[in-house]
Amino acid sequence: MEKELKVAALRNGTVIDHIPVDKLYKVVFMLHLDRCENQITIGNNLDSVKMGKKGIIKIAGKFFAEDETNKIALIAPNANINIIKDAQVIEKRALSLPNEIHDIIQCNNPNCITNHQNVPTFFYVLKEAEGTFLKCHYCERIISQEEVKIK
Amino acid sequence: MSIKSLVSITDYSKEDILEILSSAEEFEKHPNQEVLKGKVIATLFFEPSTRTRLSFETAVVRLGGSVIGFSDVATSSLSKGESLHDTIRIVSNYVDAIVMRHPYEGAARYAAEISPVPIINAGDGANQHPSQTLLDLYSILKTQGTLENLNICIVGDLKYGRTVHSLIMAMSHFHPTFTFIAPEELRIPYEFKIFCDKNNISYTELYELSDNFNEADILYMTRVQKERFQDLMEYERVKNVYMLKNSMLENTKPNLRILHPLPRVFEIDPEVDKNEKAYYFQQAKNGLYVRQAIINKVLSS
Repeated sequence: MEKELKVAALRNGTVIDHIPVDKLYKVVFMLHLDRCENQITIGNNLDSVKMGKKGIIKIAGKFFAEDETNKIALIAPNANINIIKDAQVIEKRALSLPNEIHDIIQCNNPNCITNHQNVPTFFYVLKEAEGTFLKCHYCERIISQEEVKIK
Repeated sequence: MSIKSLVSITDYSKEDILEILSSAEEFEKHPNQEVLKGKVIATLFFEPSTRTRLSFETAVVRLGGSVIGFSDVATSSLSKGESLHDTIRIVSNYVDAIVMRHPYEGAARYAAEISPVPIINAGDGANQHPSQTLLDLYSILKTQGTLENLNICIVGDLKYGRTVHSLIMAMSHFHPTFTFIAPEELRIPYEFKIFCDKNNISYTELYELSDNFNEADILYMTRVQKERFQDLMEYERVKNVYMLKNSMLENTKPNLRILHPLPRVFEIDPEVDKNEKAYYFQQAKNGLYVRQAIINKVLSS
């Protein structure tokens, strides 16, 4: 007999939905969920009308500051953040990249000081007509958002 | 971060640049002044560069200051694995300013953030070398009498050449017209074309040296390094066509001057050295006065 696993709806917490399947675990590590002791449900390769396959993360009892969730915009700009209290969605949060990004991205320049010594990375977000770019505060290398490597 | 540090040419406004140039002019008239009496400056060369180091050290000594430092990582505690952080924290206890060169890009910016004394970047990998840019500007001003509305032709490695990138940034304050001449492999990066567009700077891109600079006021030559080429046949071809010869200078403007950050390899025929338009050796000499002006500025007030 087939047994269906059902993920209980959250009463209180955060749901991150519509994550591209290849970015799901990156989001997990970016938000340090691997070290989080709350109940977490992670689903991947789920059917999605919007994107074919998708990933979803539900974290019970945890609410993120906007700076935290905005980091997700780096790798999954179209993900949805739903904040749930008493089983009601109280906030649908739009993602927007912050102006500065500290210690999340690894610099693409192999010769950058941040890749050789214990220096936290620091990038400026440049929103240009041609797209979004990131500039390393240290080596001044400019990369496009597609080239971003998460630490 | 100490606001007095000079890490990147973009740390300086147009006014800062002009202040350095007029101060350098004074130091050229009177190179020996006791403005650094009692001051100690460190020159930390994590990567060797004899000419830059000697130029900075001469600048300090001629201003009445003293120099400590190292020019070889093998003889410093770095060979024991000390971090840049610790070296800067320790040396900054002893001195009034630090001049540093480091093989990694961004090292000087990081040092400026942790150092209580000003940092002068004497080169961080392929990134910035602002004293070179300021001496280039001083040489342009000295030979042309102005920095405004000049026609500047830049030749050679426009892709990796840090002096080229900084020169474009610095000259952007003065309404230049650029001609970029480079082989296909070493073309000017896209971001600098965007930069020119945004600042209403007109530029032309060309692929052959030949005689494309008859309208130029400044011909800025740079070194084309063999290791930049994947195809060695292409390197050999470039080596032959990218050599500046006296015959190419016949129809150029009388005020044209040839600059080169040195060292050169093949790109300027030695016969050009005697041409009155050759200015690269005087340019190197100007480095002393400009570095005196930089040290004086970071330590003043």
